[in-house]
Amino acid sequence: MRATVLVRPKPGILDPQGEAVLGSLRQLGFAVDDVRVGRVVDVELGNGDREHAQAELERMCKQLLANPLIESYEIELVEDA
Amino acid sequence: MSASVCEPQPRVAVVTFPGSNDDGDAVLALAALGAEPVAVWHAEHELPDVQAVVLPGGFSYGDYLRAGALAHLAPVMKAVRALAADGGLVLGICNGFQILCEAGLLPGALRANHSLSFVCRDVAVRVERADTPFTRRCGESQSLRIPVKHGEGCFFADAALVAELEASSQVVLRYEGESPNGSIAGIASIANADGNIMGLMPHPEHAVDPLVGSTDGAFILGSLIDAARESLAEPVAV
Repeated sequence: MRATVLVRPKPGILDPQGEAVLGSLRQLGFAVDDVRVGRVVDVELGNGDREHAQAELERMCKQLLANPLIESYEIELVEDA
Repeated sequence: MSASVCEPQPRVAVVTFPGSNDDGDAVLALAALGAEPVAVWHAEHELPDVQAVVLPGGFSYGDYLRAGALAHLAPVMKAVRALAADGGLVLGICNGFQILCEAGLLPGALRANHSLSFVCRDVAVRVERADTPFTRRCGESQSLRIPVKHGEGCFFADAALVAELEASSQVVLRYEGESPNGSIAGIASIANADGNIMGLMPHPEHAVDPLVGSTDGAFILGSLIDAARESLAEPVAV
């Protein structure tokens, strides 16, 4: 099983990295209204129970992968074909 | 600057994480101000017999994931947590502050400077609380000149948390004038509610010798040493 965890700066939190990228995209001539920069964490898990994996990933996010004060997270669980 | 011979010498642990780089200066400054610094490696599970711990500046674990996020899980942090729970003094400087926030030992978070630039210069901070173990040598509202050097020093807390910190007077130091990093409410340093854990972005250990400019850092580290010395003199409860 694999999981992709998306970590984003929470709405309303100033994202200076996103602002810098926004400025550069505009400089390139793109009409862009806003940019937010987050992080992708790909996690490989053993073959196990899907529900258990989901719960484990939630705990990983809360304890380490995201800082709940400033970041939101999304877990995408993919079972190997 | 040496301590008088008859004063008991408090022992202060200075933790080194992989990527710490201000541990050496912290050791030198503490020794110059009369404490006995004890170097502690992050992989230790126990702390030596100390009255206080300093988590120094640097880039522990390369600031991977988020500054302080990986260091807060280092084995030694369990012992630091236990010492703090017992009322022991814990001071986090710069990366140490980030680690304490990630550990949940201090509220809030430290984020990338608004400018996205690394700032490295002397700043003036105002002492908002002169009654903590880390500021007792200071006067109320005293202005201190201490250098900052960080890329992620923007203190963030949501409106409710900021209100709570202000109401409970947990803001210990505030930048004078414009903050160098965009910190909310100009916050340069906060303490926990009990007042035995403090984090600050400025580096007091770089400001204790007139050779390199200001000696105002001695107000902070000297306060810590005084408080540690006092706890050393306290009779052990049976």
